[in-house]
Amino acid sequence: MTPPPVAVRTATEWLAARARWHPLEVVFWLAAFAAIYLLPNRHLILTEIAWLGLFALSLDLILGYAGIISLGHAAFFGFGAYTAALLAKHEILDEPVLALLVSGCAAMALGFVTSFLVLRGSDLTRLMVTLGVALMLRELANRNGWLTGGADGLQGVSIKPVLGLFRFDMYGHTGYTYCLTILFVLFLIARRLVNSPFGLSLLSVKTNPLRSSAIGISVDARLIAIYTVAAGYAGIAGALLAQTTAFASLEVFSFDRSADLLLVLIIGGAGYLYGGLIGAIIFKFMQDYLSVLTPQYWPFWIGLVLVVIVLVGRERITSWTAPIRIMAARLNWRALARRIVASTERL
Amino acid sequence: MPVVLETISLVKLFNGIIASNNVSLQIEKGARHALIGPNGAGKTTLINLLTGVSRPTSGSILLDGEDISDLSTYKRVRLGIVRTFQINQLFSDLTPLETIGLAVSERRGQGLDWWRIVGSRPDLVAEVVEILERFHLTDVIDKRTAVLPYGKQRLLEIAVAIACRPRVLLLDEPAAGVPEDERHEILGAVAALPSDVSVLLIEHDMDIVFSFADRISVLVNGSLFVEGTPEEVAHDARVKAVYLGEDPANA
Repeated sequence: MTPPPVAVRTATEWLAARARWHPLEVVFWLAAFAAIYLLPNRHLILTEIAWLGLFALSLDLILGYAGIISLGHAAFFGFGAYTAALLAKHEILDEPVLALLVSGCAAMALGFVTSFLVLRGSDLTRLMVTLGVALMLRELANRNGWLTGGADGLQGVSIKPVLGLFRFDMYGHTGYTYCLTILFVLFLIARRLVNSPFGLSLLSVKTNPLRSSAIGISVDARLIAIYTVAAGYAGIAGALLAQTTAFASLEVFSFDRSADLLLVLIIGGAGYLYGGLIGAIIFKFMQDYLSVLTPQYWPFWIGLVLVVIVLVGRERITSWTAPIRIMAARLNWRALARRIVASTERL
Repeated sequence: MPVVLETISLVKLFNGIIASNNVSLQIEKGARHALIGPNGAGKTTLINLLTGVSRPTSGSILLDGEDISDLSTYKRVRLGIVRTFQINQLFSDLTPLETIGLAVSERRGQGLDWWRIVGSRPDLVAEVVEILERFHLTDVIDKRTAVLPYGKQRLLEIAVAIACRPRVLLLDEPAAGVPEDERHEILGAVAALPSDVSVLLIEHDMDIVFSFADRISVLVNGSLFVEGTPEEVAHDARVKAVYLGEDPANA
């Protein structure tokens, strides 16, 4: 018995609906790239937003999509940062993009090895294990000063021009374009991944591991895979920091960094790819604005925002964009576009 | 008929308490085999042992004569041992369409595809739609599982298992908790299971058991108590005693 082709076509459309580009997404990325030309004096903070957004995207892949909570994601960020800084300092790999890839692979290797520690246990176990791994890495970096520069950080790093063409400058012009491009490419890959059968299986593993294994999914293998990929993303984010600042210090491994990251993702909303990016924008601008307003006490306000957000409820945070999305869905984009085209023709 | 799934002297201890006691059970190809017994007799424990959710303390499980006792759950599923759950185990945020799509793509070994968009294989989607139609789920195809009526969730529970193309299907109380007016859909679905699939049904409702099964095993206190055709079991004095609380010595 084969079902009517109409039913199959409708089903195909429904299945593909997740992966369809929403006009708001296009607006988001156009705005991000337009900032290269429109906001030249904000490029330093935008650079930070770009790598922080990538770092938060990485956490979202494991937390929002696979349900692995982490308080030590800085382990991979820091590992990538030191790898990139060391590659440049010792002139092992001069070209930043290649060095970035190598740093990402190094972080992936670390992610793969440590992934076995997060397979079992409750959220609390996972929090402690990830926290512990990051602490250990920090102390290893502290202890091995001959390699990492210890508490002084890795000095004397100079980064060569990107692709041998674009030199990093102190205003962050090259830095922002570079970070944004890398973020966009990795975002596209992540978007593809979460909308694939593999991405769907991650959601199933997150919501019901028991049933997932009962339909033939190796839950452990899926978790290892996504943890490894996410570690690579975090490593690249760290490498971007090291390359754009030409510096790496123990602070890249710090607990604060992992905790702030969780904050960023919760502000933006976990479980959809833009959560980390939007969270990074809000977090950085809030930090920037508040630190001017109250230079010493700005973390107070961040704390307040966190308390409010968590009390208002996680469910509502993930869906805080819902009104916008509903409005956007009501708008008839094609008709609007046609009208705009028609009116320009009249001119 | 050849034996598909077989257990040999299966024992399971939980902290010294015997949950399965020397269970040796044979399920033939195409069987309609029912497993009955009072509460706490160890029926679900046996299903957990068969599917690899828990490991036996001693004894072994054979599929087509091959020892599968050490295989993990997902590997057994790939070999064709598939179960449903007494309490729904579904993916609350996914739709029936996505749930069945997931099960079918995993069965085809395409679950690691990360560069292909969901729904881009027409033959796969056709199979998914066919399964959803067979289980009367087309009207809720795009609703989140969490908001489906209970009866539909029970149907989905079986449909997911069928999407794995089982050789041996273990049904753990498929009609449990389903309201009377939705019951016939579940029973219809169970009755219409492909005849080459061997089915082991756990059920409390004796009407369902006797209309479905061609062989019945009775489990009491973890041990196989009686096994036979429905007629044999129905007329067995010991079974009556267990179910009606009579002491067979006085019967």
